Amino acid sequence: MNQPVLEVRELKKHFPIRKNVAVRAVDGVSFELREGEILGLVGESGSGKSTVAYTVVGMYRPTAGQVIFRGEDVSREAARRNLGQKGQMQIVFQDPGSSLNPRRTVRQILRLPLMIHGLAKTESEKEEKAVDLLRRVELPEEYLDKYPSGMGGGERQLVAIARALATSPSLIIFDEPTSALDVSVQAKVINRLVELHRRLNLSYLFITHDLSLMRNVSSRVAIMYLGVICEVAETKAFFTAPRHPYTHMLLSSIPVVSDLEEELKPRKVPSVGEIPSPVNIPRGCRFHPRCPEAVQQCREAEPQLRPVAGGTHLVACHRALPD
Amino acid sequence: MATAEPLLDVRDLRVSFRVFRGTLSVLDGVTLAVRPGERVGLIGETGCGKTTTLRAIMRILPREARVGGGQVLFAGRDVLSMNAGDLSAFRRKGASLVFQDPTAALNPVFTVGQLLDEVIKYSQGRAMPAKERRAVAAAALRDVALPDPARILNSYPFQLSGGMRQRVCIAMAIGVNRELILADEPGTSLDVTIQDQILRLISDLVAKRNVAVVLVTHSLGVVRETTDRVYVMYAGSIVESAPVKELFRAPLHPYTVALLECIPKLSGERISQGIPGSMPDYLHPPRGCRYQPRCPRAEEGCAAGRPPMREVAPGHSVACYRVAAQGGEDR
Repeated sequence: MNQPVLEVRELKKHFPIRKNVAVRAVDGVSFELREGEILGLVGESGSGKSTVAYTVVGMYRPTAGQVIFRGEDVSREAARRNLGQKGQMQIVFQDPGSSLNPRRTVRQILRLPLMIHGLAKTESEKEEKAVDLLRRVELPEEYLDKYPSGMGGGERQLVAIARALATSPSLIIFDEPTSALDVSVQAKVINRLVELHRRLNLSYLFITHDLSLMRNVSSRVAIMYLGVICEVAETKAFFTAPRHPYTHMLLSSIPVVSDLEEELKPRKVPSVGEIPSPVNIPRGCRFHPRCPEAVQQCREAEPQLRPVAGGTHLVACHRALPD
Repeated sequence: MATAEPLLDVRDLRVSFRVFRGTLSVLDGVTLAVRPGERVGLIGETGCGKTTTLRAIMRILPREARVGGGQVLFAGRDVLSMNAGDLSAFRRKGASLVFQDPTAALNPVFTVGQLLDEVIKYSQGRAMPAKERRAVAAAALRDVALPDPARILNSYPFQLSGGMRQRVCIAMAIGVNRELILADEPGTSLDVTIQDQILRLISDLVAKRNVAVVLVTHSLGVVRETTDRVYVMYAGSIVESAPVKELFRAPLHPYTVALLECIPKLSGERISQGIPGSMPDYLHPPRGCRYQPRCPRAEEGCAAGRPPMREVAPGHSVACYRVAAQGGEDR
């Protein structure tokens, strides 16, 4: 089998707040991202999904665990990775309004990575590459002279994506790339992302809280809750036969727009309670205080991810639900 | 119910904003009605004027806004021409607005108890003794399913989670038996499981107390699951209105159709390429139908004049020349 592009092993990221007290944002996450795959990492706010992304890309140094990128251990902050490793892995943030410098034109924004990574020597080469990057996200050349403030939210996000493409990465991490956009604009951006993925043979780690979007975009989905992954499966299996009670609760909470979708939702699991603080993580299964299925065992022992239904579907639940 | 007099009747409401560059005509004739105890959805994308509509109804528009025409009838009386006394009575007993961001809506230097007390004092007059007001406040918190009201009354907003804060905001709106609640994206800043809880709460309250709700949102899914009737808004006016089931089964306005196609579905159908172009500039809005420059079905006539709302099926109205013509043939 192919070597995975990205392997994350028992990754932990804790933020100390006082002596012996820490926010355990990511608390033992393992997954792998295969070549050419779009892996959706889904969770509510506070589940630690963005912290996973930031640690993988090197904005944080992991507290424990490993990040292995194309066979190389890169479990350290970006400043201590080499330029080639950084160029191979790029990230696109949620809000292009704050990830693009408002005082730089699109031309300057796109040239910066070309310069840092020494990808274009002459002026004409830089210009040519910048135009090419814009063309890849299907924005006209005239946008080179615009400032971020002169564009719509969707167009700004496309510029951020073009910038991420500048170093010809093989892995792009998207952290809620369309959450700030209206659906009609989101549709445009998502279609371009899927198109780029297909054409450039990229691998995506796609972070979002929108499960319906994942149904359309990803090849596999992983659900995070309070710093751990509680279920991973191929997209189709994930939506047709979810096993974890939390997945059931999430899926049944999604407001949908057609009767067809209504039938696909699991029987109504009324959502109760809220995600607890990652400072005081419940003992045993982290989800047990909100779980309708919880029994004594769930209060005592933390369940580990284990395969069900043939091995590609992993669930961390003592009482994994039948299909 | 169909024959009941509307509780809220907004007629041809026009609001413009004066800015440095000129005048933005943001609301361009909004007409909508809400019957007592009805749950009405108002949907549209960012910048279509949903919030401006709610603010105009409550008469809390920002200073640079001007109401250029129309009426907001609440129980038959025009809110826009009320004197200060009547207006304050309307806000005390008639309608209340729940904002999108509960963190910004709650004053951080007061406890929940003080905030609720203020509302109750204002609506009940000064006659009610403090002890009784506290009991009303605790009851309101219990109504929004907040556990341990005594503790929450003594908490500051920052000590509560986002979902709890939004419940407090709703308690402030319903604590004193109002007839109409205007909710501006009440679940948008919350997670889906919390949003689900908040929306169920609002629906339960409507059923129990017979209050009417106008739920403003950009999420079609939310509207489908929590309202009885929907108004679709585009660039400052209503383009389609229908009973909720009918709208999702047979959307007619090209904008509604396009919007529905953009939504990622659990069933995994491919989403469309999005709607070409962008929301018009209110400084120079397009002539005729404001959707016409983006509309795949637009013809010459669409730019000539503003399409009026026409009822094409019982309770289903559309503002589109192309649909009205086709509907005539179909039926």
